Amino acid sequence: MPLRPAVRRAIIAVPFFAAIGLAVHLDHQPLGAVTDPGHPGFALHDATAAAGLHFVHHRARFDARLANIEPHVAALGASVSVVDFDGDGWPDLYFTNSRFGEPNALYRNRGDGTFEDVAASAGLADLNRPGEGVSMGAVWGDFDNDGHEDVLVYRYGYLSLFRNVDGHHFEDVTEKAGLKRWMNSNGAIWIDYDRDGLLDLYVTGYFRSDIDLWHVATTKIMHDSFEFATNGGKNLLFHNLGNGRFEDVTDKMGVGSTRWTLAAASADFNGDGWPDIYLANDYGPEELYLNDHGRRFVLSSAGLESESKSGMSVALGDAFNRGTLDAFVTNISERGYIFQNNNLRLNQMLETGRFRNVAEGAVADAGWAWGAQFGDLNNDGSNQLFVANGFISADPNVNYWYAMSKIAGANGRLFEDASSWPAFGNASLSGYEHARVYMNRGLAGWVDVAQRVGVTNSYDGRAVALADLSNRGAVDVIVANQNQPAVLYRNHPDTANHWIGLKLVGTRSNRSAIGAEVVIEASGMTQRRIVDGGMGFASQNDRRLHFGVGRRDWVDRVVIHWPSGTQQTLQHLAVDQILTVTEPGR
Amino acid sequence: MNAAAETSVTGQGVQSGWRERGRQIDPRYLIAGLITLVLVVAQFRYHVVGGYERLVLTLLICTLTETLLSWFERGRVVNLQSAYISGVSLTLLLKPQGSVLWPFALAGFIAIASKYVLRYRDNHLWNPTNFAIVALLLAAPSRVSVLSHQWGNDLLTNLVIWTFGLVIASRVRVLHITLTYVACFLVLNSARAAMLGQPVLPEIAPITGPMYQLFIFFMITDPRTVVRGRGKQIAVVVLIALAETLIRLASDRGWPLPTAFNAAPALVALALVGPVAKWFDLRLASPTRTPS
Repeated sequence: MPLRPAVRRAIIAVPFFAAIGLAVHLDHQPLGAVTDPGHPGFALHDATAAAGLHFVHHRARFDARLANIEPHVAALGASVSVVDFDGDGWPDLYFTNSRFGEPNALYRNRGDGTFEDVAASAGLADLNRPGEGVSMGAVWGDFDNDGHEDVLVYRYGYLSLFRNVDGHHFEDVTEKAGLKRWMNSNGAIWIDYDRDGLLDLYVTGYFRSDIDLWHVATTKIMHDSFEFATNGGKNLLFHNLGNGRFEDVTDKMGVGSTRWTLAAASADFNGDGWPDIYLANDYGPEELYLNDHGRRFVLSSAGLESESKSGMSVALGDAFNRGTLDAFVTNISERGYIFQNNNLRLNQMLETGRFRNVAEGAVADAGWAWGAQFGDLNNDGSNQLFVANGFISADPNVNYWYAMSKIAGANGRLFEDASSWPAFGNASLSGYEHARVYMNRGLAGWVDVAQRVGVTNSYDGRAVALADLSNRGAVDVIVANQNQPAVLYRNHPDTANHWIGLKLVGTRSNRSAIGAEVVIEASGMTQRRIVDGGMGFASQNDRRLHFGVGRRDWVDRVVIHWPSGTQQTLQHLAVDQILTVTEPGR
Repeated sequence: MNAAAETSVTGQGVQSGWRERGRQIDPRYLIAGLITLVLVVAQFRYHVVGGYERLVLTLLICTLTETLLSWFERGRVVNLQSAYISGVSLTLLLKPQGSVLWPFALAGFIAIASKYVLRYRDNHLWNPTNFAIVALLLAAPSRVSVLSHQWGNDLLTNLVIWTFGLVIASRVRVLHITLTYVACFLVLNSARAAMLGQPVLPEIAPITGPMYQLFIFFMITDPRTVVRGRGKQIAVVVLIALAETLIRLASDRGWPLPTAFNAAPALVALALVGPVAKWFDLRLASPTRTPS
């Protein structure tokens, strides 16, 4: 007997409502693994006060014509970089500030777990002045190979290069070096792109360089697209001439992207021996510039151009112990409004000429994510990921996302003009978010263990840097928070695991060994790391490389790929030591 | 020479021939053509789809669901044009968290099944794409968002869509709906801006966005869910625009609304007003049931 229409409709209604119910159910499922199957193997304790770190970042104040969106425009500038500026073997910390009159801080590591701010006596404190701009970050490198790490401070304003005179005092050599350039920059890296043993500089542009944010000639200073903008500041490459001077070779080398770059990192991604440049661009796709034997860079279509997002940071690390440097790029996610998703891109340049995005579940969504770094926090031989996040925490009851949604899809000419943006007031925008600490749990994916290991604050994180601050075989985490206090997490890994640290000293290569890549092998475990000249967002890790090796009692082999092209192999190394390796001569 | 050949020898004959043939095209084919154009332009210019597996899955689910349910309910398989339009629209509009595919599968099924479940007098009440997206935004806001800035924010793409959209809307005789909505949006949101003491531009900016292009050409003009009669259609569109403005006002005031209301007020307004209007329209109409 045929069914009546009402009965048929009722039968169809069952899976229909079940589908809606299933959507509700899936919405409430945790991202990734339901429960973390294992013990993290480390704990991070907030040791900021105990260490004597009292740095508080202050955001910039700009031209009154930008007042309606000043919290947004001035939402960057908290940075941290690690350097042993006095060569005493203890990593020190440099934080930047972003308001006129507010000093930057250079914290000297006393070696007893405490720090003292010596920025004023070193000449690196008073860098935020009208007419010169405010600091947005710093990168350290020994550009003159004299054994002392020098520093470039990039600003919304003039670049500043300081030569480390004697390990205690710094001399402003910007003019002499030919670097007195006004840029609105949020990032820079040291890179020896031509492998001549001298560190060159790549500085990224954000706002156009003709804009003085304190005296704007026009309010048309913003991006003209949320995902395909090319009207940002031009990135610049400066070639180190070796006589204390730098030459702008941007156009000659073909690396003058105008895509609102927020972060750059460099490594030899395609294994040809020449350092390439990876860019995380706000309002646009990531870019990979492959180095053609130091003669020029070629913008590569490595699978990055098809996904346009808001790249905030790029961290390089061996995500799956494959012996290659993969890229983790942070983006924006906000419930119900936008899911740009972070990218965890596996480097398959040698096999396919491309990167493959494998970010799934929890690691794909960290909120409005900023700086990130790969590091072996539990010394088990594999990397964890520390991700800072949160954009603007103000009034928790006023959310700017609704206002943002009005213009996000609109025509670019409208929001290119800052005066067309809805007034920000005291609203929050992805504020009060918590940092993430991801562990790779194999089939269970990347699991967030932040709360379990003790990372619980909800500051607006920006820069993250890693360093073994106490030379004890534990990677500590330093986070610079926007308009808020910096935080030092002292790491307490399980003591059963072993580790090895490598301090590289270049001879034919630049003395800082920036760009050197090291692969270690220990009882079936492989791990690659790079000495970075700036990585993440507005940050730079310790030049010394830290490898966890788990329960292994020795390291079978260490292969060092020096920037000069020299390859050095060390065998059968004891664990639980920091080894200084000097590059072999000719 | 036959009659058809004779017609084609004069220019006027050629024109009237094309025009006649144009008139004979099923409007659904024109709309399907337009949405395909939108898809192709958006994908090649902005990679807006985010993976072809999304498109394939959504189209597959939509057409399969339509095939099965129409056969089950009516004993025959209906024209799949509508399922195709829903599939493409959902692929363009849904932006899920990560690389998950289930929102596309569920949205495809919910969209098509809604036509068979949520009915009155043999008519479905909701535009299927509109219903599915609003349902998912309400049911799964932690996993689903709607198309926003992924479209490039430039004028050229919108011009292409508007050019073809206006021609086709005119041909399908729904142009008055599109234009009424646009006029209402501009007037009501300008008034809202004045009321709030805010600049007008940010308040009227959304209509230049991609979600609105799909909304004004494919959702509020859906021939199967609009009320009958030009006057009534205009009245309903005014009500939809009014509802949207009220939602925006509530968002402006910081009312604790579900995120869907803040993120996609136009879609929510249509989902709230459209079916009620359609229900009244059907109820007030002749008791004779319209063929489905």
